[in-house]
Amino acid sequence: MSTIATRPVVAPRTASGRLARFVKAAREAPLVAIVLLGGLVFMAIFAELIAPYDPTVPVPGATMFDPPFWMEGGRTTMILGSDFQGRDVLSRLIYGARVSLIVGLMGTLVAGGIGTALGILAGYVGGWVDQIIMRITDAWLALPAIVFAIFLAAMIGPSMWNIIIILGAVYWTRYARVIRGEVLSLRERDFVKLAEIAGASRFRVIKRHILPNVMNTATVLASLTVGVVIIAEASLSFLGVGVPPPQPAWGLMLAEARPTLMAGQWWLTVFPGVCILLIVLATQLFGDWLRVRLDPQQRNL
Amino acid sequence: MAEPVLEVRGLTKHFPVRQGFMARPARVRAVDGIDFAIHAGETLGLIGESGCGKTTTSKLILLQEPPTAGSIAFEGRDIAGFKGPELMDYRRAVQVVFQDPFSSLSPRMRVEDIIAEPLEIHTELSKGAIRARVHDVLELVGLPPDVARLFPHEFSGGQRQRVAIARALATDTRLIVLDEPVSALDVSVRAQIINQLEHLQRTLGVSYLFIGHDLATVAHISDRIAVMYLGKIVEMADSDTLCKQPLHPYTKALFAAALPSHPDDPKQERTIAGEVPSALALPAGCRFHTRCPMAMPVCSEVEPPLQTRDGGQRVACHLY
Repeated sequence: MSTIATRPVVAPRTASGRLARFVKAAREAPLVAIVLLGGLVFMAIFAELIAPYDPTVPVPGATMFDPPFWMEGGRTTMILGSDFQGRDVLSRLIYGARVSLIVGLMGTLVAGGIGTALGILAGYVGGWVDQIIMRITDAWLALPAIVFAIFLAAMIGPSMWNIIIILGAVYWTRYARVIRGEVLSLRERDFVKLAEIAGASRFRVIKRHILPNVMNTATVLASLTVGVVIIAEASLSFLGVGVPPPQPAWGLMLAEARPTLMAGQWWLTVFPGVCILLIVLATQLFGDWLRVRLDPQQRNL
Repeated sequence: MAEPVLEVRGLTKHFPVRQGFMARPARVRAVDGIDFAIHAGETLGLIGESGCGKTTTSKLILLQEPPTAGSIAFEGRDIAGFKGPELMDYRRAVQVVFQDPFSSLSPRMRVEDIIAEPLEIHTELSKGAIRARVHDVLELVGLPPDVARLFPHEFSGGQRQRVAIARALATDTRLIVLDEPVSALDVSVRAQIINQLEHLQRTLGVSYLFIGHDLATVAHISDRIAVMYLGKIVEMADSDTLCKQPLHPYTKALFAAALPSHPDDPKQERTIAGEVPSALALPAGCRFHTRCPMAMPVCSEVEPPLQTRDGGQRVACHLY
């Protein structure tokens, strides 16, 4: 067989090549997003160690509505002041990051799981299965997301895990649509046909050929939904159907500060608001970068 | 003669189309009653212009589409009734190599997983045994076994096509449908792949259905050739006979359209004019009469049957 043998020419995988690739990737990475997200994740994980006080009970010796430390009457022991119960605002912000991140990530996971599964089913099986799933998706999309979420929350009661399930059940539609479209084009690709001709079962085709090829799209969608889910959680908490007090959640902190906003206690609304802004900004920037990175059409090799 | 591996009889595939809201549903007669047989270790070439039904025929054989009429028998049994274990046997014995080697290999799978897939589906082999078999077939197609760990994008077009052939050979394959396997490759690589395919056929005794539009390639690899025009076989003969003495005016036109083998050889000036008629509205009588240089009055009225002549050459034309 030596006469017509052939060998692919492949760039050698050397240590220096790997290093060069790493340096290149590091240079293109979204620094702002990574620093912001890294800081927030760090805060959420090590909240017990970082937060100066228990976020759910008043700080001993503190009064209500202590301003931040640089203002008159502020104290350096409570650098962002205290709220209407005399609880430390900084500690509540730090613990609040945990709620936002858990709900954001888990909610996205639930939404992505439901949506991707239904999208693959609709796209690959086709026929009336496709029709039914897509009509349900259309109907779901026609409902205003937040109103629908409030309705569900009012039905099953407020708790962090309920919020995750509710937001998952509200935001899956986008995945179903996009993934279905992707699967429709994948289904016509030769390698999927080859698998079918070789006798692969539907389950095998989905597992080995469809799912790995839609994971990029699903990941990008997920990175862009995290921000939306975090805002939705804050909205629900603000409206009183989200994370129940006294658990510290940013949306809840906004709601509790609303009555006194005009009275001059601006720090109670501004700090949680800025936190929500930063986390959503960071996830969106990260998602944008991921989209460009995972899209082979936009990636320069 | 022994029982053919694949026998096709009266195979027909019509696709319904709606052209407008009130229009009567029309039918595209993609394949319109064709017969052929492929014997063990033999290559049947199927040649014709785009849209003549070559690929539809391969889809019917691969059970990608149900036929409108007619039958396909594999080793004597009708494949339309295959279910369960019988169907799996057929799936194991018949494989395909597609035209585009960039679309036919999953970009996210390693070569070894691509080749191993039919083995994982059809055999109970251990991981080690599968790997050994993958290495064997890679060697059969002229690739070193250590490429098994690579991804398809690390190969050239010709090498990818070799991987696709290796995959088609992985199980104890008896028939491979080669759907324009070299049309996407450049000429030098084309020759390599064709030689490789012939070599594999000699060693393994596998049968090929070679679909193509390039006369020289098809004539080179095939034992027998069927020429298709608008869903019908217009001529079928041994490869040598067909090349020496093409009978049907369409076959002659195909040969005339092919470039001469030497640049100084005079090029035959007998090309056919016009476009292929729409498969939606086929001409009455002989389908080729609208473009045929030798058309007679009878051609537009009576459809010529495929008749066997001396020496086994079959042709559907009123001239003979």
